[in-house]
Amino acid sequence: MKTSTPQNEKSSPVADADLSRANSSIALDHEEHHAPKGLARWVFSTNHKDIGTLYLWFSFIMFLTGGAMAMIIRAELFQPGLQLVEPHFFNQMTTVHGLIMVFGAVMPAFTGLANWMIPMMIGAPDMALPRMNNLSFWILPFAFAILIASLFTEGGGPDFGWTFYAPLSTTYGPDSTALFVFSVHIMGISSIMGAINVIVTIVNMRAPGMTWFKMPMFVWTWLITAFLLIAVMPVLAGAVTMVLTDKYFGTSFFDAAGGGDPVMFQHIFWFFGHPEVYIMILPSFGIISAIIPAFSGKKLFGYHSMVYATCSIALLSFLVWAHHMFTTGMPVFAELFFMYCTMLIAVPTGVKVFNWVATMWRGAMTFETPMLFAIAFIVLFTIGGFSGLMLAIVPADFQYHDTYFVVAHFHYVLVSGAVFSIMAAAYYWLPKWTGHMYDQRLSLWHFWCSIISVNVLFFPMHFLGLAGMPRRIPDYAIQFADVNQIVSIGGFAFGLSQLIFLWLVIKCIRGGEKVGAKPWQRAEGLEWTVPSPAPHHTFSTPPKVD
Amino acid sequence: MESRDPKQGSQESLNDQDNLGKKANRKLTLKLVAATIAMFGFGFALVPIYDIMCDALGINGKTSSVAVEQPIALEPDTSRSIRVEFIAHPNPHMSWDFSPKVASMDVHPGEVIQTAYLAFNRAERTIIGQAVPSVSPGLGASYFNKVECFCFNKQPLEGQSHAEMPLIFYIERDIPESIHTLTLSYTLYDITDTVAKPDATAQVQMVTQSNQLQGATP
Repeated sequence: MKTSTPQNEKSSPVADADLSRANSSIALDHEEHHAPKGLARWVFSTNHKDIGTLYLWFSFIMFLTGGAMAMIIRAELFQPGLQLVEPHFFNQMTTVHGLIMVFGAVMPAFTGLANWMIPMMIGAPDMALPRMNNLSFWILPFAFAILIASLFTEGGGPDFGWTFYAPLSTTYGPDSTALFVFSVHIMGISSIMGAINVIVTIVNMRAPGMTWFKMPMFVWTWLITAFLLIAVMPVLAGAVTMVLTDKYFGTSFFDAAGGGDPVMFQHIFWFFGHPEVYIMILPSFGIISAIIPAFSGKKLFGYHSMVYATCSIALLSFLVWAHHMFTTGMPVFAELFFMYCTMLIAVPTGVKVFNWVATMWRGAMTFETPMLFAIAFIVLFTIGGFSGLMLAIVPADFQYHDTYFVVAHFHYVLVSGAVFSIMAAAYYWLPKWTGHMYDQRLSLWHFWCSIISVNVLFFPMHFLGLAGMPRRIPDYAIQFADVNQIVSIGGFAFGLSQLIFLWLVIKCIRGGEKVGAKPWQRAEGLEWTVPSPAPHHTFSTPPKVD
Repeated sequence: MESRDPKQGSQESLNDQDNLGKKANRKLTLKLVAATIAMFGFGFALVPIYDIMCDALGINGKTSSVAVEQPIALEPDTSRSIRVEFIAHPNPHMSWDFSPKVASMDVHPGEVIQTAYLAFNRAERTIIGQAVPSVSPGLGASYFNKVECFCFNKQPLEGQSHAEMPLIFYIERDIPESIHTLTLSYTLYDITDTVAKPDATAQVQMVTQSNQLQGATP
C-alpha cells in the first residue's frame, strides 16, 4: 500500500482526502511524516509500539519504586527489634510494596509486552482501539501518583496490607483510605481498557490465514488473561467501592454491628484475587513458550495441550478462591472442595512444565540470556508451584497460614516466576525493539547476580515460615535473626542487580552491535519478518499466513 | 471519479473492509464493556448471594435474627444433653462490661431455657449497643432457636447503669448426634454514633419485632 499512495496523491487529490479520512492505514502513513516530536509524541501517541514502550518504562520505574520499599522492609528486618522505621510506617511499606508490584510493575509490564508484540505477532498494523490505548496508559501514572502521595498525608497511607481486609481498611483504616480506593479504581479502569483492546485486536485483526490454532502461545495466553481481567477487575472495583461506602457513607457491607460480615470481604476480595494471580502468570507462560523453542531448535511440544491447559487454569481459577481463607472457620466440606480444586490446578500446570521440558528434550539448546531466564523461570516457578501445593493442604495450611512460608511461596511464583519471564521477554525482544544487540557480558552479570540473590532472598523464607515467623510484622523472635540477615543481604543484592539491567537497557537503546530482522536464528513468528528496529508502522499490508 | 481505474476500485474495497473492521471492533468493544458492567454488578450481587448461601447451607454460624414461636408441648429429649457455652466479646473500644450470667449449662434438646447476659455501662453517657450472635460449630447454628434475644434489638443503656438482657432458646431435637457442645458467642458493638446519624439508622436496623421487650429492664 505504501507504494500506491503517492500515485493516488498525484492522480486525484479529492480521492486522496477521502481516502486519508477513511482508510486508517493511509492516514497512518501521513502521520508518519508529521508525527509530533519530543514529549508530545509520547503524550498523544496512538502507536502501539510507543505505548508499549511507555508501559514498559513505567513498569520498570514502578518496579524500582516498589523495590525500594522492599529494601526498607528488609533493612528493618535485618535485626530483631525496631530500629529504622515505626511499625505504622512498616505496615504502609508492606502494603504499598504489594500494590505497586502487582498493579504497577507486573501488570503494566505484561500490557506493555502485549502492546508491542501482539499486533506484530498476528500481523496487524496496530491495536484495534488506538485512542483508548493512549488513555489506558496515561491514567496509570495518576493512579500511582495518588497512591504514593497518600503516604505523605497526615495519618499515613494505606497500612492494611495489599489485600485491604475489612475491618482493617474500614473501621481502622487511615483517613487517606479514599485515596487508596480511587487509585485502585483508576488502575482497574486502565487494565480493563487494556484487556478490551487486546481482545478486540486478537479477535478482529489477525492477518488472513492466522487461524486460532496458528496463533503464538503469547497471543493465546494474553487473550485468556484479558478475559480474566474483564471478569474480575470489576469485582475488585466493587470491593473497594464497598470499603469506601462502609468507611465514609455509613453502609455496613462488612460491619457485623450493622448486619454485614467482615468474612464476606475476604470472599469477594479473593474471588478477584485468585484469578488475579493467574493474570500475573499466564502471559509468562506465553513468553516462556516462545523462548524455549527458539533456543532449543524444536517446535513447541504439545501446542494444543498448552492452549487447553491455559483455558483450564483460567476456568479453575474461579473455583479456588477460598483456599486463601482456610483459617476463617469454614465448614469441613468447603475446605475439602477448595483443597481438591486447588490441587487440580497442578494438573494443567504440570502439563505446561512437561511440555517445556519435552521441548528442550534432545533439542540443540543454546544458552543466550533469554533462554537462561526462561530455564530459571521453569525451575523456580515449579518450586513456587510445589510450595503452593503444600499450602493447599488444609491441615498444613493451618500451620503455614500468615507465616513467611506464604511470603516465600508467592515471591517464588511472582519474582522468579512472573518477573523473570518479563526479563526473559525483554532480552528476547530488545534487539527487535532497539535494532541493537544488548551487551551480552553485562546481561550474564545481570542473570547470575539475579538468580543467586533471588534464591538467597526467598529460599530461607521457607524455613522462617516453617519455624513460625509471622508475616507483616516489623519485629521477630531472636532465634530468627541469622536467617533474616541472610534474607536481607539477598534482598539488597537482588535489588542492586536490577540496576545492571537498567544500565544494560539504556546502553542497548543508545547503541550496540546492529542486528538484522532475525537476531535469533531459530526463532519463529511474524515479529521476526519485520526489520530491526521495528519501524513505526508494521504490517500496513497484512502478511499472508499459511 | 466517473471512470474507475482498477487501482481505485481496490482502494474502495479496502475502505469497505476498513469500515467493516471498524464496525466489528465497535460491536465487540460494546459487548466487552457490557460484560465489564455486568461483572461490576455481580460484585455487588455477591453480597446477597453470600447471605443466601450461608443461610441455605447453614454455615458461617449465623443464627436467625428472627424470633421463633415458643413451641407448645415440645417433649425434651432427656436421653441426651448438649453442653451450651456462653461467651461475650465486648468491642475493645466500648466502655461496657458484658458477660453471660452463667458460663455454661447442660441442655436437653427440645428443652426451653431462659438465661441472660449482664451489661454495665462504665461511661457517663448513654451508649447504644448491638449484639451480634454467632454459634460454633457453624453447622449447629440452624438447630439453635431463639425465642427471645436481646440481639434482636438495639440496646440503649444509660451511663453507670446495669442491665440484665434476657435470652430464651431451645435446641431442636433433631440436632445431629455428632454435636455435643454448642458455643454461643455474642460480640457487642457500640453503634451510638451510627444511630445518631439519622440516614444511617436504616442500615443499622436489625430485624426487629414490635412485641419484643426492651433490653434495658433492670
